[in-house]
This record gives sequence, C-alpha cells and structure tokens, in this order.
Amino acid sequence: MLNYLIKRVLWMVPLLIGISLISFFIMHLAPGDITNNEAAFNPKTSEESRQKLRELYNLDKPVIVQYGLWMKRMVTLDFGNSFASHHKPVFWQTTDKDGNVTKGMIQEALPITLIINVLGLVITLVLAIPLGIIAARRYGLWQDKSITLFNFIGFSIPGFWLSLLLMYWLGVMNNWLPISGLHSINYESLGTWGKIKDSISHLFLPVVIPSVTGLAGITLFVKNGMLDVFHQDYITTARAKGLSEHKVVYTHALRNALLPLITIVGLSIPGLIGGSVIAETIFAIPGMGKLFYDAVMMRDFPVIMGILTIGSALTLIGNLIADIAYAWADPRVRRGVMRE
Amino acid sequence: MNKNLFLNVLSNPLSKAGFIIIVAVFLLAMFAPLIAPYDPDDINVKAILLAPSGQHWMGTDGLGRDVLSRMLHGGRISLLVGLVAVGISTAIGILLGAVAGYYRGWVDTFIMRLVDIMLSIPSFFLILAVIAFLTPSIVNVMIVIGLTSWMGVTRLVRAEFLSLHGREFVMASRTLGANDARLIFTHLLPNSLTPIIVSSVLGVAGAVLMESGLSFLGLGVQAPQASWGNILSDGKDYIQFAWWLSLFPGLAILITVLGYNLLGEGLRDALDPRSGKNK
Repeated sequence: MLNYLIKRVLWMVPLLIGISLISFFIMHLAPGDITNNEAAFNPKTSEESRQKLRELYNLDKPVIVQYGLWMKRMVTLDFGNSFASHHKPVFWQTTDKDGNVTKGMIQEALPITLIINVLGLVITLVLAIPLGIIAARRYGLWQDKSITLFNFIGFSIPGFWLSLLLMYWLGVMNNWLPISGLHSINYESLGTWGKIKDSISHLFLPVVIPSVTGLAGITLFVKNGMLDVFHQDYITTARAKGLSEHKVVYTHALRNALLPLITIVGLSIPGLIGGSVIAETIFAIPGMGKLFYDAVMMRDFPVIMGILTIGSALTLIGNLIADIAYAWADPRVRRGVMRE
Repeated sequence: MNKNLFLNVLSNPLSKAGFIIIVAVFLLAMFAPLIAPYDPDDINVKAILLAPSGQHWMGTDGLGRDVLSRMLHGGRISLLVGLVAVGISTAIGILLGAVAGYYRGWVDTFIMRLVDIMLSIPSFFLILAVIAFLTPSIVNVMIVIGLTSWMGVTRLVRAEFLSLHGREFVMASRTLGANDARLIFTHLLPNSLTPIIVSSVLGVAGAVLMESGLSFLGLGVQAPQASWGNILSDGKDYIQFAWWLSLFPGLAILITVLGYNLLGEGLRDALDPRSGKNK
C-alpha cells in the first residue's frame, strides 16, 4: 500500500509540469503580448498597469527565464494581485505593515464552490444508486425504459436553460425561492434557525440543478455495473446456494458494482469545477466559477491564471483521493496488484 | 456490413428517433434562408417583444427581430460549430491515437501523459481562458472546442490499434512489404472506424452544448450573428415578460443534442455485442 502511495504521488509531478507548460503557453497565445491584448479590450488601461503586467510575468526576460519564474509562482502558490478588484491578493490572504489582513480572492471563493459541489454530489449519488439498481433489476421492463428516457433527457438538457426556467417558475412566478446570491439582505438579523432556512432556500436551485443533470451519467454507470456483475459466476453461486434475492443484490452484487464509481466520481471533478461557471453566474453565487467569469470579462489575467492552476491542482488532488479510496476499498489493489 | 448496421440501428426506436431529429434539424438549418419568414437581422421598432402569434410564430425579441427566423439561421451556426469542432477533435484524436497505438514505446507514453495532463485541467476553464486571451468569434470557438476535446478519441483509437496489433492480416500485410502509413490508413484505421463514429456522433452533442454555454455567457458567437446560445442569453434579460425568448432556443438545443445522443447510443448498442439486448 505504501509503495502504491509513493508511486501515485510521484506520478503527479510530470502532470504538474505539463499543466504549468500548457498554462504558460496559453498566456502567450495573445497576439503580440498580453499587455497589447489587454489594452485592445480596455482602452482605459494605463501605461502604468501595462508595465505592472510586464513585471508580473517578466515579459521583458527571455522565454525560458519567464517559464522558470512562472513555475516558481505555481509551486509557491503566489499568483500576485488582481488588476480589477482593488489589488486583492489572488490566492491567499496577505498582511500589510499595519497588520491589516486582506483576504485572498480564491481563499474566499473556493469553500463556497466546494460546499455546493459536495452537496450536489451527495444528492446525485443518493438518487443515482437506487435508480441504477432499479434499472438493472427491471432490465427491459417499463421501470428501466423510463429511467433510460430520463437519462437521455438529463444528458441533453442544457443546465443553464433548466436553471433559467426553474428560476422563473419557482422564483419569479411563484416567489417560493430567492433567485440570486447566498443570503438575504436581512440575513444578519435572523435567528439561527432563520439563517439555516435562508441558506437552504438560496442554495436549493444551485445545488439541485447540477445534480439533476449529473444524475444521468451516474445512473447509467451504476446500471451497467450491476448488469455486468449479475453475469459473474459468484452471483450464480450465491443464487444457487439459496441466498435471498435481497442478499444477492445488496451484499454480493452492489459492493462490486459500486467500486468503479469511486474512480468515476474522481474523474467528474474537473467537469464539476468547470460547470460551476455557468451555474454561479446565473445565480450570482460568489464562488470560483463566478470569480473566473468576472476575471475573463475584465481580462484580469492574474486571477485567470491563478484559478486555472488551482482548478487543475484540485483535479489532481481529487483523483489522488479517489485512487487512494479505491486502493483502500479493493483488496486486489491494496495488496499490490496494480490495476491498469 | 454497413448496410446491415444501418438497418440494425434504425430498428431501435430510440436511435430511429435520433436519426429523424438530426435529419429534420439539418434540413431546417440548410434551407433556413428559404424557410425563414423574415430577415433574421431585420430590426423593427414597431414590433418589439411581441408574443407568439400567426405573424410571428415564435414572437419577436427586444429589437423586434423575428425569433423563428433567428432560430433557423442560428441553427446553421450552432450545427456548424458543433460539426467543425468535432471534425478538429476527431482528426487530432485519430492522428495521436494512431501514432501512440502503432509505434508504442516512449511515443505512446508521451502521448498518453499529454492526454492525462489535458484531462486534469477543467476544460471549461481552459476554453474560457483561451478565449479571454484571444477574442470571441465563431472560428475561435470552433478551434478552441476542437483543441480541448480530442482526448477521448485518442484513447479509443490507441486501444483499437493495440488490440489489432499482431493480428494475422496486419502481419501478412507487413510481410508483403506495406509501409507504416499504408498499414495505418488502409488496414488498421478502417478496422477501428466504428468506435470513432460513435464517439464523433456523441461528440457533436457535447460541442453543441458547449457552444451554447459559451454564447450564453457572451463569450461565444457574437451579436448580431444569431446562435441558439446567444438568443437564449438575450432571453434571460427579458425572462419576466417574454418567456418565448428563453423557451424556444433552449428547446432547440435540447432536441438537437437529444437527437445526437440517441443516435450515438443506438450506434454503440448496434456495434458493441456486449451491450444492449445481448446482456
């Protein structure tokens, strides 16, 4: 297990180098250099801020030195200060000489996005696992067919459109739910219970809509996993020795069918983080997605590069956790039989 | 084989529905200039935000433009972006996958690490970042979606090539003196074609969704050029008093993407003996 862990962590080094190369390449995509490009979009850009941009990315130095310095920034998680938002630090808080702490932009936005995505993932799994089991046990019958149809629609519906329609129906027409932000204006004056209710009503749509659209993939995955397992010899054996159908399905089949789900959840992380852009923009949630969108609209390059890097690092960490969980859950991997 | 496959796919009601949807959407988009009742860019200040009626089947937008006409013309852009983007990603995927699966060794390792790296960068962030450094336009959107979605095809083609390696017909051809290019393009690739087709059809669904998402955010197809995503983006500002501006473009995206997903999955079932009815 330890060997596996060490190998697995070392394995992230080339990936990190690759990510740094790609993000470095993107920075140099702009025609001329990024200071030109910024000026073209925002005529108010002063010569001073252009000079700052040149300094931040060392654009006056040779490319190889620039890359080295960029790599150093990535490793030390120092992404500089925002251009657009009062020079707030991009990643983590800083303390000035008077002892005033300025919070980092990603530091503030990341927990919000993580909470929304984790809640969404829990809802997805709680719904998808039973649906997948039903579809597999009732394969070819009406239950399976309706779940399949639901899956196809879930795969195909644009999440932002569903958000707009539900926002209109629940928020505007019926006034049941607030349509934007994390809290009501009077949040501070509410009691504990009132605060909880207020937060739930604000988070309801942003959490539920992505889980509904993500449901389709996981349901299909559970269903196919169960169908595969049903054909294994040990299931036939379990049935032959007279175990109840309940026991066969829930203790023998389910555990094996769910194992690969760990990997799938790990692989879905970049999609979840990326998907937060549209959802958070629609519902005005101040998370990573909204921060990224605002930075893109204002060409706030330090923020763009910081989020791109942190988002990729989160994906790597998520995959690492998924792989460790898999190794922990599957004795074949734990005892050193590497899987491909 | 191909004729049988086609019949096989169409015998499944879901994939038949997908096929019909795709053909219908294509015809509507192709003949948009002939069918559209109005000029899609024609601004009419006397007909702002009219509800659907006999004159304007899908109503008019905030500038008095006919929504049906904009939908038909926008469909051309949405489909074009989807198809070109998938064309780019499939071409890259075939090339890299073929090279990795054919030559194996360090070339394979290098290409597969590249795939891993690309998969660990959240693709929507990557696409938005690239568009922020360039400028939003139809061409850039097509290229960027294509350049960020080739990883799946690469893995598929590589796996197919690896499984074909060492088969008799490949050995025979090599013995007869076929060079690498000939082996790859006339022997290995045609035998790997079916999973590539499935993934391309499903890829169009993903690309159409991606384009609509980008245009919805204002970073895709730019006004006055219509696309389903930017009609919807306009619609969200009027959602309180003009539901038709949000409803119709969203439905068009849903139906089109559904069509490609149904056909793609139908093809997969028909091609893969392990899935579907044989289970």
